[in-house]
Amino acid sequence: MSGLEIIFLVVAAVTLSAAFMVVTTPNLVHGALWLVLTLFGVAATFVLLNAAFLAVVQVVVYIGAIAILMIFAIMLTRKVMQDSGPQTNANWIVAALLGLVLFVGIAQLLRKSSAVGMMMPAMDGAADPVVQLGEVLVSPNAYVLPFEVASVLLLAAMIGAIVVAWKK
Amino acid sequence: MLDNWLYIGLFIIAAILIPAVAVILPRWVAPRKPNAIKQETYECGMETVGDAWVQFKVQYYIFALVFLIFDIETVFLFPWAVAYDKLPMFAVMEGVIFIAILLAGLMYAWRKGALEWA
Amino acid sequence: MGDPINLISQWFNDLLLGWGLGEKLVAVLSLFVGAAILVTASLLTVVVLIWVERKIAGRLQDRIGPNRAGPFGLLQPIADIIKIFTKEITTPDGADKVAFNIAPVLAMASVLLIWAVIPMAATVVGSDINVGVLYIVAVGSLGIVAILMAGWSSNNKFALLGAFRAVAQMVSYEVPMVLTLLIPVLLARSMGINDIVQAQSTWFIVIAPLAGLIFLITSMAEVGRAPFDLIEAESEIVAGFHVEYSGMAFGMFYVSEFLHVWTIGALIATLFLGGWRGPGAETWPILGLFYFYIKTFVGYFLITWIRLSLPRVRIDQLLSFNWKFLTPLTLVILVVTAIVDKALSMAGAARWLYVLVMLAANVLVGWGTMLVLKTVEPNRPGRVRQEFPPRPVAVAPEAADN
Repeated sequence: MSGLEIIFLVVAAVTLSAAFMVVTTPNLVHGALWLVLTLFGVAATFVLLNAAFLAVVQVVVYIGAIAILMIFAIMLTRKVMQDSGPQTNANWIVAALLGLVLFVGIAQLLRKSSAVGMMMPAMDGAADPVVQLGEVLVSPNAYVLPFEVASVLLLAAMIGAIVVAWKK
Repeated sequence: MLDNWLYIGLFIIAAILIPAVAVILPRWVAPRKPNAIKQETYECGMETVGDAWVQFKVQYYIFALVFLIFDIETVFLFPWAVAYDKLPMFAVMEGVIFIAILLAGLMYAWRKGALEWA
Repeated sequence: MGDPINLISQWFNDLLLGWGLGEKLVAVLSLFVGAAILVTASLLTVVVLIWVERKIAGRLQDRIGPNRAGPFGLLQPIADIIKIFTKEITTPDGADKVAFNIAPVLAMASVLLIWAVIPMAATVVGSDINVGVLYIVAVGSLGIVAILMAGWSSNNKFALLGAFRAVAQMVSYEVPMVLTLLIPVLLARSMGINDIVQAQSTWFIVIAPLAGLIFLITSMAEVGRAPFDLIEAESEIVAGFHVEYSGMAFGMFYVSEFLHVWTIGALIATLFLGGWRGPGAETWPILGLFYFYIKTFVGYFLITWIRLSLPRVRIDQLLSFNWKFLTPLTLVILVVTAIVDKALSMAGAARWLYVLVMLAANVLVGWGTMLVLKTVEPNRPGRVRQEFPPRPVAVAPEAADN
């Protein structure tokens, strides 16, 4: 096993066990903190895939903004020091089974798809991937429309959030 | 590329380990005599009333929301700025439109009074 | 010669190889030792900084500052360290023990991690990743998590309120901060910190002075230093999120705040003052280290000076200043910089012309901002200035009777 594989296995194990803690811990704030660790693990996975930009964006957006927002939401709505009771009810076995079935189904579908196992064409090694990303984002032959639509979408999200949360 | 990240990974370990040692070391050096009064939560010398949770203003949440949206939009702008040398003028203007939409969102939040702390 | 740091690391490498360790293991080990040395050195810098800051504070407030322990009070920080190490670390009742103890370490780590990417000399570049600027922002957001953890786990009203305030302030000021960071990135065409330093044949503070100023203000708010110290406003919420911490656990928050200020000095030096660049810094890397520290100290001194001169703002003023002034201004500056830069490079302007026009554009925007600010009526609702009649300082006894 190469050093990279060992690091990957450690990162994956930490991420998965943190994710497991998110759904099982009886305290909501603990759940949010485990989620932070999970998201950090995902960022580390991105680094191992050589996708540095995605890794830092993962931390900036998911940990720096979304996880914080979740913790705020939890603390705004309920008393936070006590455990909020078990996260599961009597139906958890059924739900777990269903989840497993869905997972196997999707995995089967993916296995049949020709895209799985296909080597992706290597990126142009000479150019900085971030530069390439920047170019295609605003290039009319590539993603300029999604780029602008994304900003309108976010604007709509902001307006919606203000309308819903701000009553005066 | 990955070598640089290896350094950061090792740096994370060092940056957690060394402060952790600094916090753990006093366990042996410092006295450790807990008692019930010392353990009470601080409330300006009075006995603590109620629990730590108080009703928070919803503004905190709104600011965090507005921040989230700005954060995502700014992240989109970073690759645009990095690729700047290769962009023609209209691509630059696309970025400017993007910023203008951002500004429109800010103006809306402002007009709606979501940025007031009242 | 002239590059002792790489000389030492080379020697260390050779030593380990001489012990018969594998080549890869040696590479990893020496990277780790390098990281550990940098972390320790940063922590030791704080020891000196605490003395420096207390001396500066003393002088600015017409006092002498520490002067008992050792010559010029130089041993004062040593005494402080011994004291803080021998203080009991208490954990309040009902606290969440694990989160309570992790928070100070995480707060410290989030500041230390910034140093991983800062180039300190031509040959000492740290980790030269191509997303350095966003990395700095990302690491900063770990500090926010640490503050929330500390405030929540303390089981204390003031701590929780302080944490909420701190986070609201930090996330708010992160918006203009990240937006201003776009300007050096745009000017250097790279997010790598090392590339940004390389691009500064003219310091960015000359090309983008307003961005530098906004970065200074917003990063002061990120640290929570006066005038933005609402995070720990003593008179309102005692000490904010770290009320319940004592001994070295409190010390970690304290040290991380000092180190954060110093780090911001380093970031200002790197992003706007040309980093390690200076006459002869390329041939003599050790000279670059010297320049870097001088520039860092300039930024640090500026922040300390402002901290000691200005009173604390109110929370509504703080947030209004951010959302209604800094953020729009930053967006305008960004657009102006982007368009002027593109127009000039398309016209193939000479470097001196480029610098001059950029500077002029900044001055124009700054002047325009002043004009706009003047049109805002001082008496619009929410901003009423109460008039108090002049009151005599000392009142004669008979006048005071009626």
